[in-house]
Amino acid sequence: MLKASSSSAASISQPFRAKLRRSLATVADPPVRRYGGLKDQDRIFTNAYCRHDHGLKGAQSRGDWHRTKDILSKGDSWIIQTIKDSGLRGRGGAGFPSGLKWSFMNKPGWEKDPRPRYLVVNADEGEPGTCKDREILRGDPHKLIEGCLVAGRGMNATAAYIYIRGEFYQEASHVQQAITEAYKAGLIGKNACGSGYSFDVYLHRGAGAYICGEETALIESLEGKQGKPRLKPPFPADVGLFGCPSTVANVETVAVAPTICRRGSSWFAGFGRERNQGTKLFCISGHVNNPCVVEEEMSIPLKELVEKHCGGIRGGWNNLLGIIPGGCSVPVLPIAKCEEVLMDYDSLKDAQSGLGTGAVIVMDKSTDIVAAIARFASFYKHESCGQCTPCREGTTWMMNMMNRFVEGRAHRREIDMLLELSKQIEGRTICALGDAAAWPIQGLMRHFRPEVERRIDEFRAANGKVLFGGRMLDSQTDPTLALPDNLGQHLPEVGAPAS
Amino acid sequence: MFTVKSLRQASVLQSLAVRRCISTTTARKSDALFNHRDTPYNNPKIPFEFDEANKKRADEIISRYPPQYKKAAVIPLLDLGQRQNKGWTSISVMNYVAKLLEMPPMRVYEVATFYTMFNREPIGANFVQVCTTTPCMLRGSTEILNTVCSHLGGIKPGETTKDGKFTVMEVECQGACSNAPMMVVGDDFYEDLTEESTKKVLDAFSKGTKPKPGPQSGRLTSENSAGMTALTSKPYGPGDFCAPEFK
Repeated sequence: MLKASSSSAASISQPFRAKLRRSLATVADPPVRRYGGLKDQDRIFTNAYCRHDHGLKGAQSRGDWHRTKDILSKGDSWIIQTIKDSGLRGRGGAGFPSGLKWSFMNKPGWEKDPRPRYLVVNADEGEPGTCKDREILRGDPHKLIEGCLVAGRGMNATAAYIYIRGEFYQEASHVQQAITEAYKAGLIGKNACGSGYSFDVYLHRGAGAYICGEETALIESLEGKQGKPRLKPPFPADVGLFGCPSTVANVETVAVAPTICRRGSSWFAGFGRERNQGTKLFCISGHVNNPCVVEEEMSIPLKELVEKHCGGIRGGWNNLLGIIPGGCSVPVLPIAKCEEVLMDYDSLKDAQSGLGTGAVIVMDKSTDIVAAIARFASFYKHESCGQCTPCREGTTWMMNMMNRFVEGRAHRREIDMLLELSKQIEGRTICALGDAAAWPIQGLMRHFRPEVERRIDEFRAANGKVLFGGRMLDSQTDPTLALPDNLGQHLPEVGAPAS
Repeated sequence: MFTVKSLRQASVLQSLAVRRCISTTTARKSDALFNHRDTPYNNPKIPFEFDEANKKRADEIISRYPPQYKKAAVIPLLDLGQRQNKGWTSISVMNYVAKLLEMPPMRVYEVATFYTMFNREPIGANFVQVCTTTPCMLRGSTEILNTVCSHLGGIKPGETTKDGKFTVMEVECQGACSNAPMMVVGDDFYEDLTEESTKKVLDAFSKGTKPKPGPQSGRLTSENSAGMTALTSKPYGPGDFCAPEFK
């Protein structure tokens, strides 16, 4: 078979050989496009640093509420088509194309449905590392309110609820102020902006639960229940908030919509790579010289983002250990990958990580990486809602194992047990919290397994054998009792190969 | 109660060495119990009602939701009740909210136990919450937590000082990661902390004053502290750069 195919290939390629040969002159590399270096005139959130007035007057002087009536009068299909053309993808982490998501609300025959329809804005920003929505909520609240109106018009919603996390008190008061001002000026409410379309915006404060950032958990919480995610289907676009069609969207996604409509979809689509277009707020935290939140072009190289806006890594680039590029739910990247990745959905996915919320957590060589990931494990243990067994039990289990790995009180085989455990959680829960809890640990073991193994070896060399589950063979077992045979006490020591 | 517990603990320790007991795992106490026990300071007989201002606020909040879904207001109303009740949600607050929203009390208890911002035990006058999740941990939140605890007289997270002025809690991410490490006192964020500025903030609160919230390092918000790298020029005005039809 192999022989036959290779000989036939040879016979075919023979006459074409002359054509296949290319001379140097015909090879023209496409021009390399560099991303990044967004100009101020292309930044959408012009008051991200609260240097100007966040009230209505200040917002209007920065171009908000400018001819909103004309956008509304263009109609729902125009708004959705513009968002589709702009290539905007959800900024809350999953990266689902926004125009498509909004269009689910306008199914054929939606006019005959007597139920009210809701836009729910997810301002329950709780992902560790993420602090971008906060800057929108306190600096540019009118962009969000106007975005609610425009996005709401696109999906023919009757009202919008902004679910803001309870800890954001100052931010909530800025948003409430913006809502009150907008009502007074007739920009929302009955006959919003004089367009004949009536639209209400309400603020709802949460009370501290990370899981309420999940779309169906947020709906449950908004209905006054425990924030426990619902099974899908039915999807919120069919049965959502108060049993009515609803769409949940991130603050940033909603807030950029009016500017996209005014400046044109091609302007927004001109930034970033194909399928990753637009601008994005990145929040950089951790071991950089000057952590900050900054709006940049999508697809900016990670290294450039850190060096240009944050003054570089503490102690220089070579002092870098790893970067978590998208909030605590995505796997960590080692230094070699950090040099080459671009900050967009596809590039980070190819690097076995993800853009998530665009929250860059930088760790230099002084970091105890195992302790850092173990802290995430205890975060997920704390925030698991307790509805699905794999997540409720698994997050506790993973936290206990990771806490032992920090000091090395384990057996090498337990690393694989932990990985298998994480695979048993991933994909077996209603919402993505189970996946999110598993990925950082998988990322740690993918790139930093030698470090974990070294700690285990050192601990065992110093303290003697450790049973599976962390009990010390010598000091924590009762010699008068029989030990089960499956605790690994008879396994040979597997240390590093003698060099 | 305590004596029984300590006796039991002592006997467990003894039995490990001497005799076998049925279970070898130690009893673990949850950081916040989900059940309620009547105590002199927290029982359903203590009356609670919104004052006039809060009644007005409550009506305004309830009006935001469809009339048949009044219970959607349970989280904001519990928050209102907690604020009126010196920062903690007693069983009377929960019962009152249940009556107000015409929902079974158990549904309110479920909500009040699920969300971390409802304190079901009394707290001090200043509620200090130190974030210790990884982004803050990388910037030294462990030292900040230790500083807070030792500066307030050697209490542990979850405890209240003897004078009742401070309660310290260790909390998960508060969403100010670019301004790490941070702590929350009451409703306000204190960011970019060092050990000195943490002590300064706490001292101000113990004197009864309120220091300026936000970053304590001199920067205004979350911009680059060495000088702005973005938004340095004057923001563009209405109609600038817009498509011709929206000029």
